[in-house]
Amino acid sequence: MAPLDAANLRRNDPAAFVRSDGDAKALDLAVEGARCAGCISKIEGGLNQMDAVKSARLNLSTGRLAVTFTGPDSEAQRIVEKIKSLGYSASPFQPETGEDPGKSEEKRLLRAMAVAGFAMANVMLLSVSVWAGEGEMDFGTRQLLHWLSAMIALPASLYAGRPFFQSAWRAIKAKSLNMDVPISLAVCLALGLSFYELLIGHGDAYFDAAVMLLFFLLIGRYLDSRLRARAGQAARQLAALQASVAHRIEADGTVKAVPAREIAPGDRLVVAAGDRLPVDGVIEAGAGEVDASLVTGETAPLDLEPGDAVYSGMVNLSGTLTVQATAAREDSLLAEIARLVEAGEQNRSSYVRLADRAARLYAPVVHTLAALTLVGWIIAGDPRSGILNAIAVLIITCPCALALAVPAVQIVACGRLFREGVLVKSGDALERLATAGRAIFDKTGTLTLGKPKLLNPHALRPETIEIAAKLARSSNHPVSRAVADAAGMGETAKDITEVPGGGLEGIVEGKQVRFGSAGWLGVDTGRSTGEAHAMEAWLQVGDQAPVRFVFSDALRSDAKDAIAAVKARGLETELLSGDRDGPVEAVSRDLGIESWAAQLKPTEKIARIEALTQAGQRPLMVGDGINDAPALAAAHVSISMGSAAEISRSAADLVIQGDRLSSIPVALDIARASRRRVFENFALAAVYNCIAVPLAVFGFVTPLVAAIAMSGSSILVTGNAMRLMKK
Amino acid sequence: MTALLWLIPIALLLGLVGLAAFFWSVRSGQYDDLQGAAERILIDDDKPIVDEDEEGEKR
Repeated sequence: MAPLDAANLRRNDPAAFVRSDGDAKALDLAVEGARCAGCISKIEGGLNQMDAVKSARLNLSTGRLAVTFTGPDSEAQRIVEKIKSLGYSASPFQPETGEDPGKSEEKRLLRAMAVAGFAMANVMLLSVSVWAGEGEMDFGTRQLLHWLSAMIALPASLYAGRPFFQSAWRAIKAKSLNMDVPISLAVCLALGLSFYELLIGHGDAYFDAAVMLLFFLLIGRYLDSRLRARAGQAARQLAALQASVAHRIEADGTVKAVPAREIAPGDRLVVAAGDRLPVDGVIEAGAGEVDASLVTGETAPLDLEPGDAVYSGMVNLSGTLTVQATAAREDSLLAEIARLVEAGEQNRSSYVRLADRAARLYAPVVHTLAALTLVGWIIAGDPRSGILNAIAVLIITCPCALALAVPAVQIVACGRLFREGVLVKSGDALERLATAGRAIFDKTGTLTLGKPKLLNPHALRPETIEIAAKLARSSNHPVSRAVADAAGMGETAKDITEVPGGGLEGIVEGKQVRFGSAGWLGVDTGRSTGEAHAMEAWLQVGDQAPVRFVFSDALRSDAKDAIAAVKARGLETELLSGDRDGPVEAVSRDLGIESWAAQLKPTEKIARIEALTQAGQRPLMVGDGINDAPALAAAHVSISMGSAAEISRSAADLVIQGDRLSSIPVALDIARASRRRVFENFALAAVYNCIAVPLAVFGFVTPLVAAIAMSGSSILVTGNAMRLMKK
Repeated sequence: MTALLWLIPIALLLGLVGLAAFFWSVRSGQYDDLQGAAERILIDDDKPIVDEDEEGEKR
């Protein structure tokens, strides 16, 4: 897989993404590396110094830089370069991928929370007066204060309680119960009863309890929504970093840079060496080698010529190709994979979150208790107390603690994971990670770096490597890059020609040097090499004997430790790859992975994952390539590398930034610790209910007691969740 | 009693003003970048304000 580093991204011309905004131009860039106040002032200050720039504003949470400038579109390139000179990398940010449907939901919750908070504060103000004046306050004043509480509490509850009422209504229509049904019931009954008592002129008013209930619950709901929003934002930002540009040959023969999403079938595109193919197509002119590791997992490049089909995601290595697009971006191979991904995700959405499972248990129990209380008191001859106490039961069991139990833990856990460089897409991803039973790994790009590395540098003289590097530095072929990496920076030889499918030749120190495959150089390889997974190239200087260079796709440095750590945590490991048998077997032997399968197509990977799911093994899938995306969506829980293809990152539950495999065991530990905390919270909530419900049944719950109990239980549960910060 | 009839509406009015201000702040996007807002207060690029007359006298 071609590395997604600055060298690759530089080819994305930001000018293609400039929009006009009134009489100025606007550009959104995704900036990497900005973390603190100093970064903000450096970037904004540095850009504002440029004459053409009118305004620059960096959003630190999303990494998005909004710039307005005057002048030609090419100014965009200068802006990107200025940011690079300041020490940060910037690439175009596709506007529509930045917009967030969850944002409006979050704002709605924020507003509901504000209204509930306002109402709670003011109603509490009035209620405390009433409680303090117990026995001394005269009836008229008490009525006045209660009426005022009613006038504040009723409209506020109708506005702030809408998220719960809507969700409860939807659940009832679907003939099931979720957490919001008892909440809505409690709020409505409390308000109704209080209003009734107000009208008949005596009794207690529970307005403050109802509004306080809403406030605490909205806090829990808001935290949950922020968690999803932050993970979603980060995932979208990673996707936006890959905003791809294509170079289209226009009708008049000029080449124009356009965003890849504008390509239609039949368009002719120029794909230079090093560019990634934006859409599926057929080669019209030019021949060369193409790196298909992202699409199939094979590390050895494919030789292609005019007439061959190419797919989006492949990287062109040697010559410039003219490709005719056969599909728009939405219809390419990517779309087929996307359909498989969607199918997988639909299965996953049937997973019932822990919170909802608790609700399924909680709601019927609470309702039964309330009903029994009512019946009991009616039999005892006091129906009014019966109604009061039944409602008190509903209020005091305070779904507060339960509704906060899970979001509070998940938000703390995800914050910790964020600091470790792991992005979690949603709360239930953590729940699923904690119960994973078997870890399935992809090979290319996940356990390995995805590019070849020189295996025998010690067997070769440094001068030999340097001569080869003088040729190799000019080429994009993975083998050439490996040689260039091994030799370091340096010069390139003169008059280099690259022969597709053969190698490189040029003049070094007056002698003709050739570096390429054995067949092209006419080398007799004799006996086959013992390492079946090696790629090789030969260097011939002048007429001397050719020297052999051996390459292999290098394993990540932390792969072995990560696999050992995962096994130590009780998961069985398996390797599934699209590459050939030799490399796959060698890698699984080196890392100690118990079982492996090679040359798998995406559908075969899904079949294996589904077989494991049926057997109850709850597979955890770790992958990166486009060919892994359907398997990532179908698995019980999935992790993708940060440098993975966009579709894989969006299909996975967790994304590891920095490609550190060592984050996987850490994530497992945190997920398991969260699960323990959640169950502790449920236990705390249960204990609290066991104490509180008898109090309510026998009529000891006054509004004051209810208020204290509610806040007490919420603080307890949140405090327990905070323990996760230190683990 | 009259005190209450004055004070309670005033208190509620002030509360409502606060609520309206909060709604405005949400709408104007102040909650879109909480991390950035937290970091921006630490930016201290201000140069000390030098009075022009003083500068002349010093020379």
